[in-house]
Amino acid sequence: MPMTMTQKILAAHAGLEEVRAGQLLEAELDIMLGNDVTTPVAINEFEKAGIPALCAPEKTAFVLDHFTPNKDIKSAEHCKQIRIFAKKHGVKHFFDVGRMGVEHAVLPEQGIVVPGDAVIGADSHTCTYGALGAFSTGVGSTDLAAALATGKAWFKVPSAIKVEVTGRFQPHVSGKDLVLELIGRIGVDGALYRSLEFCGEGIGNIPMDSRLAIANMAIECGAKNGIFPVDEITLAFVRGRAQRDWKVFAADEDALYDEVIRIDMNTLRPTVAFPHLPSNTRTVDDLERAGERIAVDQVVIGSCTNGRMEDLRIAAALLKGRKAAQGVRLIVIPATQQIYLDAMREGLLETFMEAGAAVSTPTCGPCLGGHMGILAQGERAVATTNRNFVGRMGHPESEVYLASPAVAAETAVNGYISQPKA
Amino acid sequence: MTLQGTVHKYFDNVDTDVIIPARYLNSADPEELAKHCMEDIDADFVTKARPGDIIVARQNFGCGSSREHAPLAIKASGISLVIACSFARIFYRNALNIGLPILECPQADEISAGDQLRVDLEQGSIENLTQHRQYAAQPFPPFLRRIIEKGGLMEAIK
Repeated sequence: MPMTMTQKILAAHAGLEEVRAGQLLEAELDIMLGNDVTTPVAINEFEKAGIPALCAPEKTAFVLDHFTPNKDIKSAEHCKQIRIFAKKHGVKHFFDVGRMGVEHAVLPEQGIVVPGDAVIGADSHTCTYGALGAFSTGVGSTDLAAALATGKAWFKVPSAIKVEVTGRFQPHVSGKDLVLELIGRIGVDGALYRSLEFCGEGIGNIPMDSRLAIANMAIECGAKNGIFPVDEITLAFVRGRAQRDWKVFAADEDALYDEVIRIDMNTLRPTVAFPHLPSNTRTVDDLERAGERIAVDQVVIGSCTNGRMEDLRIAAALLKGRKAAQGVRLIVIPATQQIYLDAMREGLLETFMEAGAAVSTPTCGPCLGGHMGILAQGERAVATTNRNFVGRMGHPESEVYLASPAVAAETAVNGYISQPKA
Repeated sequence: MTLQGTVHKYFDNVDTDVIIPARYLNSADPEELAKHCMEDIDADFVTKARPGDIIVARQNFGCGSSREHAPLAIKASGISLVIACSFARIFYRNALNIGLPILECPQADEISAGDQLRVDLEQGSIENLTQHRQYAAQPFPPFLRRIIEKGGLMEAIK
């Protein structure tokens, strides 16, 4: 029975020779993750069940990233609860303010997730690690609590959609445009319960930060996970940072897929998802042709989707020597402490600040309307984040447009949604 | 187990950000969360919802964030059951894990706001008392039925 890459990883972690789509299994996990929103609920369940100890503190990661640095007393109490629990149980990968990062940026960067892993996280964007050739998926707090107790989780083996990419990105186009194009084509439930398996001769032209952005948004079309093959780019990324040995899995050549989607990267254009669904996409070319000028009040560059070095370099190159338009609040949030430091050393932060940006310590903050950039009624933002649902960044009558760092930076300068020329 | 209640009807892609907006996630207390359930798409839900009422929606209910606060808020609002044409997968797991009954039913769209439903959870049969119609829902595989019977995942792993 031929298997997809995801199926092979699941089979290996369940101690099975082969698995088929639809089969229920219990898999041994390599990493279990929680954040400051989801972990308190997991801890309550864990303690209510009277479980004395973590099954595997060395496989446990808690990242305090959503409402941190704490925005109010209630969030401070949640973080305190996690801090105490982490200390008591010897959680190995614990990231607190000043040493942290947005969870899905910090785990790959620190080599905590490696190719071939099976990972769950009580955060829907846990699917990000598929970029490294790992199976990783988001779950809720009770699933996390059960995994903390047992080191395992149950899964229904998914079938897969094959996404075959060819060509290479044209100037000012990146992974964000590719994934928005994909979601626009198949819809927010187009991959429901299934894997997205990326492959094709174009893969070698997609840098790691773009792969992470693509896998990150697999959930936005309902996918259980999105996964990339392990190649030289992956190995160059994990070498020197992996905290454990990794294992390379590859799909069988005759693996069965529900459908094949082809994306020619040569033809991709800067793409924007309009309110209020990530699938509501249009190219900026389209807007220009229609003569539509969509003025914005705020631009956010950051998040687990697009807060990495590649993203900051792209934005800084466009903002260099320019200023954010009058009336536009530009907020730049490097996704991890390391990225923040690297961006400072490279002079990117200076560029941002001279352009009139507020540059912040790592946090998820504005992406989910938590803090650090909430929108008022009727306000509009372009953000490099991943969701534009009603009320996502603040008032239920505010609007979020999702775009790449290039479109976000150019929009900040012009004050309306626009793309870099030439 | 038989449930009976009045329907609150929603449409496609009801996401967890509207079920419980992130601005309220600084609390994990279900009663507190219930005060704001659905408020960004249905400001009256909190005052309308009566114990035993049923939420019905179309495709991809519960998409978006993995916040378990979403099914917790729905459950604490007194809602006895959610019926949808399809559910987003994380919400599906979360609902079962915390003991909020859900049913997948392709004809959910035929049900209207205000309809009275009588539902047999074991059989997966839905009787629309208002429209005098009968629908069949997807029954759960035995593995999941065990979690439901135990009253949630934590009880099932003990």
